[in-house]
Amino acid sequence: MWAFINKLRSPKWFYAISARLQPWFWAAALILIVTGSVWGLAFAPADYQQGNSFRIIYVHVPAAFLAQSIFVSLAVTGLVYMVWKIKIADMAATVMAPLGAAMTFVALFSGAVWGVPTWGTWWMWDARLTSMLILLFLYLGVIALRGAFASRDSASRAASVLAMVGVINIPIIKYSVDWWYTLHQPATFTVTGRAAMPMEMWLPLLIMVLGFYSFFIALTLMRTRSEILRREASKRWVRELAEETT
Amino acid sequence: MSLRLQAQSLACERDDRWLFRGLDLDIRAGEIVRVEGPNGSGKTTLLKILSGQLADYEGELFWDERPMRKARDAFLASLLYLGHAPGVKAALTPLENLAWYQALAGQAGGESARFRALEEVGLAGFEDVPAGQLSAGQQRRVALARLVLAPRPLWVLDEPFTAIDRDGVAALERRLVEHARRGGCVLVTTHHELTPCAELRRIRLGGGGADAGI
Amino acid sequence: MPASEGSLREGVAAVHEEPRGGLAVAVWATLKRDLVMLLRRRSEVLNPLVFFALVITLFPIGISPDPALLAAIAPGLLWVAALLAALLSLDSLFRADYDDGSLEQLLLTPQPLALLALAKVAVHWLLTGLPLALMAPVLGIMLALPAGSYLVLAISLALGSASLSLIGAIGAALTVGLSRGGVLLSLLVLPLYIPVLIFGAGAVQAAILGDGVLAHLAILGALLALALIFAPLAIAASLRISING
Repeated sequence: MWAFINKLRSPKWFYAISARLQPWFWAAALILIVTGSVWGLAFAPADYQQGNSFRIIYVHVPAAFLAQSIFVSLAVTGLVYMVWKIKIADMAATVMAPLGAAMTFVALFSGAVWGVPTWGTWWMWDARLTSMLILLFLYLGVIALRGAFASRDSASRAASVLAMVGVINIPIIKYSVDWWYTLHQPATFTVTGRAAMPMEMWLPLLIMVLGFYSFFIALTLMRTRSEILRREASKRWVRELAEETT
Repeated sequence: MSLRLQAQSLACERDDRWLFRGLDLDIRAGEIVRVEGPNGSGKTTLLKILSGQLADYEGELFWDERPMRKARDAFLASLLYLGHAPGVKAALTPLENLAWYQALAGQAGGESARFRALEEVGLAGFEDVPAGQLSAGQQRRVALARLVLAPRPLWVLDEPFTAIDRDGVAALERRLVEHARRGGCVLVTTHHELTPCAELRRIRLGGGGADAGI
Repeated sequence: MPASEGSLREGVAAVHEEPRGGLAVAVWATLKRDLVMLLRRRSEVLNPLVFFALVITLFPIGISPDPALLAAIAPGLLWVAALLAALLSLDSLFRADYDDGSLEQLLLTPQPLALLALAKVAVHWLLTGLPLALMAPVLGIMLALPAGSYLVLAISLALGSASLSLIGAIGAALTVGLSRGGVLLSLLVLPLYIPVLIFGAGAVQAAILGDGVLAHLAILGALLALALIFAPLAIAASLRISING
């Protein structure tokens, strides 16, 4: 464990190991997303209530999963950075935040598109959509705070603290929004989270979720690598690397 | 209590730039240590590290031969730090300002001590004027009154001569020397040239720490 | 100088001997100091209250003076306006201390920073949240808030605004080192205010409908307890970051 943490202290080590891991995740993402999309969009049976429009869950649900997971990752990397002062964790957090905001936006947008056939309107104050919207604001806050500091070290710490505060609040926000929703709109039709979904429907969904996660990991590795190069540009190993490639 | 502040291979990196590295310090009772260096060489940062405000450094700090992490409370109880800004509230009178600092240090009361401290720094007659109406130099003097008010052995002063007139500078210099002679210890940055004396030592910063050290 | 080397040592020894009593003295002195300062500049205390009244005045003008309509939206309006008024005054919570160097000194006391920061937040609540809560029923009359919900409105605001002050202070501490932190502060803090808003406005709504309000108030109390545990630590950590920004 300690050996691993100490290795993480070296950006050079991470740069080398991520180069080897990256292709595997790209390949997994490609295979899973193609399989999941084709299966989900073309072969899975249509929903008896919503018809074909339900198929948007194959984008909506994975994006929503990722949106939440990435915020938790932000808090975890923030904690790692604050406790062990591991710079890689902060570099990962820097590149993950916009990605998380983008995923939140995808989830919101697909939810809105889905709303047209189901509710007849682009926006409903549905509990899930509302929580997702608040999550988007939390992401924007973390990104804006990081951008506001002149010193990068301070910016990293401030963003870490905010991510941790946010992650404590997310369950509270989610719970209170759910409660608020049931109070104001009892027993309306919710689009996801129904108990019984036939296997032909949820298996492609599972594949899509795994595909999105692989895509996220691959993209994070790739962007963290370029972040390493940017921040370590003055270090000797980066300069040597640059000379080798040119 | 021996009063000894040590640093071993102290290094500080801010935003991928080394302010200083490999800095070894051994500061003992009876010394005035002046930290020198050009603008941006990390003088203030070094003082902030040595006064326990910044935890963002490499190397080890020791107070009375104990690691700083363990001795932190004892260290803070012995420390008096005056930063760039005087830390004086404009809405409060000098007396009220000092009363708050006394309370923070855990010493309640002592009205007469406060009067005496203000008189010592030449603010007799201004005790009950809101500090916002005082000049910049007078506000700085309110802060300096804390040197008289609280008997702390270690003084860390960042540019204490700012905005002070010539008489005030001379008086403050005398006070620093006196403090050192009585077994106290002063760590100071200043652009003002201190009169050389037996107690005075210099630390030079700058050049990425290549020539740092004593 | 009257002090000799002996008294220098004694003074330090005295500080060592009474760390606990010292804490109470320090927290009390900080409370008193901030109260005195704010009471000397009364306009800063009054501004959020005037803002609250102004915003509430805008709604009948902007929507409709129809009492039935106003009564329906009054609980939410009152809560949102009070929340914004409390937010407005947050930016100055640590800024003056940051600008004049007192914040550095606060960080250097041997006392735990979290508790000293808590004292400052308590003053903010006493002079912003509590007056807003006391004023809200008056504005409730202007919005034709149904009878029977006035007490609940005041209590829910008093309880809720304490949480708002605590959560908001985290944002204020994070942005105190930034020259233009005001809008950013709102962006950071408002999403975190949503649970308090839901249960606060919910309590008033429940009082109007005749449902039990105790559950709502209990949840507001629970949120406050959580905020009391976690917020001071986050505030202290954020202040330490900002002071080095």
